[in-house]
Amino acid sequence: MKEAKIITRDLTLHYGQKMALNFINIHIPEKEVTAFIGPSGCGKSTFLRCLNRMNDLIPSVKITGEIRIDDLDIYQKKIDVVNLRKKIGMVFQKSNPFAKSIFENVAYGPRINGVNNMKALTEIVERSLQNAAIWDEVKDRMHDSALGLSGGQQQRLCIARTLAVEPEIILMDEPASALDPISTGKIEELIFQLKKDYTIVIVTHNMQQAARVSDYTAFFYLGELIEHGKTRKIFTTPDKKQTEEYITGRFG
Amino acid sequence: MKLKDKIIGGTITTASALSVVLIIAIIVIIIVVTIIGGKEKISWEFLTAFPRDGMMKGGIFPAIYGTALLVIIMSIAAVPFGAITAIYLSEYAHEKSWLAQTIRFAVRTLATVPSIIFGLFGLGFFVQFVGAGMDNWFLGGQLKWAQPNLLWGSLTMALLTLPVVIVSVEEAIRTVPRELREASLALGATKWQTIKKVVIPGSISGIMTGTILAVSRGAGEVAPILFTGAAYSLATLPTSVSDQFMNLGYHIYVMSTQSSNVDQTLPIQFATTLVLLMLTFTLNLAAVLIRSSLRRRVK
Amino acid sequence: MNPELAKNKFLFTADSLKKKFRLSEFLSEKIITSVAFLSIAVIILIFVFVFRESLPAFKPRVKHNIEKTSSTGNKPESYGSSDSAGVQQKPESYSGAEPAAAANKPESYGSVKDTSVKADEVNPNSEFVAKDNNNDEGTLGSLFSNEWYPVSENPRYGLIPLLIGTFKVTLIAMLFAAPIAILAALFSSCFAAPWLREWIKPAIELLAGFPSVVIGFFALMVMATVLQNLFGYETRLNSFVGGIAMALAAIPIIFTITEDALTAIPATFTEASLALGASKWQTAVFVILPAATPGIFAAVLLGVGRVFGETMIALMATGNAALSGLNPFESVRTLAATIGAEMAEVVFGDMHYGILFLIGSLLFVFNFSINAIAEFYVKGKLVKKIQGR
Repeated sequence: MKEAKIITRDLTLHYGQKMALNFINIHIPEKEVTAFIGPSGCGKSTFLRCLNRMNDLIPSVKITGEIRIDDLDIYQKKIDVVNLRKKIGMVFQKSNPFAKSIFENVAYGPRINGVNNMKALTEIVERSLQNAAIWDEVKDRMHDSALGLSGGQQQRLCIARTLAVEPEIILMDEPASALDPISTGKIEELIFQLKKDYTIVIVTHNMQQAARVSDYTAFFYLGELIEHGKTRKIFTTPDKKQTEEYITGRFG
Repeated sequence: MKLKDKIIGGTITTASALSVVLIIAIIVIIIVVTIIGGKEKISWEFLTAFPRDGMMKGGIFPAIYGTALLVIIMSIAAVPFGAITAIYLSEYAHEKSWLAQTIRFAVRTLATVPSIIFGLFGLGFFVQFVGAGMDNWFLGGQLKWAQPNLLWGSLTMALLTLPVVIVSVEEAIRTVPRELREASLALGATKWQTIKKVVIPGSISGIMTGTILAVSRGAGEVAPILFTGAAYSLATLPTSVSDQFMNLGYHIYVMSTQSSNVDQTLPIQFATTLVLLMLTFTLNLAAVLIRSSLRRRVK
Repeated sequence: MNPELAKNKFLFTADSLKKKFRLSEFLSEKIITSVAFLSIAVIILIFVFVFRESLPAFKPRVKHNIEKTSSTGNKPESYGSSDSAGVQQKPESYSGAEPAAAANKPESYGSVKDTSVKADEVNPNSEFVAKDNNNDEGTLGSLFSNEWYPVSENPRYGLIPLLIGTFKVTLIAMLFAAPIAILAALFSSCFAAPWLREWIKPAIELLAGFPSVVIGFFALMVMATVLQNLFGYETRLNSFVGGIAMALAAIPIIFTITEDALTAIPATFTEASLALGASKWQTAVFVILPAATPGIFAAVLLGVGRVFGETMIALMATGNAALSGLNPFESVRTLAATIGAEMAEVVFGDMHYGILFLIGSLLFVFNFSINAIAEFYVKGKLVKKIQGR
């Protein structure tokens, strides 16, 4: 296993009285793709959102335990959440481009970081769109509204938008669940390219996708981390019975 | 179904349908009567000329001008404060917090205060307190601000229309989907950056609707300016905010209740009413159209 | 490969992620929160200042020479027109159709007398001698009297006629507005096809956009004549005309809130009722209407509040005579109209000024209470109903 980028220790999350995550301990390796799988409501998306502290936005949430990135506890009081989120990108389940032009969508991140020079912005935007494998499709309509793109294109645009702020980690919450098979394929190809440079964590309810795309897989059930290991092992010879039952479709 | 039930059902359905028809008919009648009574007087001259011969001839330009100034100053005061309050309520306030609930209660209360009370407040606070204070502090007791004028009238009207702006803007802000805010925050934007770059641009139509509705209210209300600045017969147009002003609604009120020669002035009264009615009607229609296109966009 | 990335190997360090103070964030939050306070501040200020300015009403009476006109009656409230005459509370008619009538009224203006009518002098001509002869001229005691003559040498500030006038107008307005608006709302939410509903709601809300001075004008010029010809009563402007005009202002409010209340009833109620074989109207009347009662009650309450404080329509259509009979075809003076009519002509700080502000305070408190009741009652009862208690 490569060096661990993210390490969590006894991470527990409550929504008010209800416990959603129960003592999660996991090591997520650097520059690999780790998939979170499990039935609906098992906590995988919730856990993902802990990694870039998006759950802070929900007032009733209480989090105990540690999440360390590069051995830095990111839930310390003295951590600047805004800067943290610049280093961790997130792609959402349903693509959410801003009601702006394609160019402005991708330039949004750099702009809030203070980059205002048009030449620099154009360069960053072009590079990000290329890395997101969508440059050829949009290079002639950069100033058209992003909402005119197809679902798959919008999602890749959102990935480009994320890349433009140069994060180290990219979190993806079921990025292809709303897309047709061809667009899904393009996204999966993209993930394969991106993992050379970025640590990627992807939540998916599609087991075949997890098997195709990831190097490591973590299986969640009812807020607990049941098993975590190399993808090939999880899908062929899992250690836990529950894992096996889920993989073989005994329950969904 | 028994015959008795059918009869009762038919009566109720008919009665309720007739009620709708009645209300719409009244609206139409008012509009039609006003048009009939006033159309002969409406002309370009009427809209741009001063009144002559003791209001019996001429036009109503100063009333239009005064009303326009009134709503402009009122909007400058009300729209920013209203929009910012709406932003606070939807972006910063914790819903259950004491502060948020109190503000909402205050806004609802403001919305139902009778308009004459605003006039009293304008007199007791703006004219007699702030105005007198200004005269004492800056002008050594000379009487300039402690009397009814355009500034106090506009500010009084702004308080009246503040709830309208707040409600419209908040409604528009809520149409901006949560996912867009999350996308912005996940990219490392701060809360204020998100508001400035995503939320406000997304709610411009609501700000427009609120402004238009406020302007429509402000143009038509008379009670708040009865004694905070409106006048019936001024020789010149107001040149500063410390001047009094003429006003369409006030003009209609005074002319219809105090005119000594009704036969001569009746057409003018109708025409002035027509102008005011068309103005508020158009503004309201515009706001309704913007609002419904906003609602369709969300769906 | 992203060239930037290579040099950022240790991005996640305590140093680079140290909590940063952002001035614009701090300022924007503080400013926005402060501005939001404004609405609370305004309500408090209105409360404070309207009540504060009514204090002169409670000052001990300063006795001074009253150089007024005759003592045979009151100077009726004139709007600056020089030939309005009248003995007692002559109702205004504004129609201009009776200029000749002025000649028939006994002249009530004497020349300005050299008066030094002292407060304790009993004036034999005046019917309005204070019942208690202890020199309390026109003070608070007169608030409960039946005479509103603020501008006379013996000012009486009896609120009773104003209250009766306001009450009459409100009652008449509600009798017309409530049934029409509620029936219309019933049609719109229960009987009308969805596309029709989309048109009815905004159309009726357009009526809400009519300025009240326009409605008042319409009542004064058109409705008053029509109704007088229809019913044949004597006074052209009275509480009946005013009440109907006020109803026009109240209908949109009652309609909108009732419609919202009816539509808020969960569709499951309707479906259950129809599934049991009830007809549309039976469902509407026996299931939906009762369930929406708290909302309808609130709607009517808010309509009352609206009418109670309405000024322009009252000024233009009710005749403005502070009479306190029960005849709906008599002129009346409402509380709000009194403020509107007289405020421009009072001396700042004197008793009349204070009394007018006192009336304003009463209106404010009344409206506030109505809203509070509407809100808490509706919230309480409605929640209980939906929960089945």
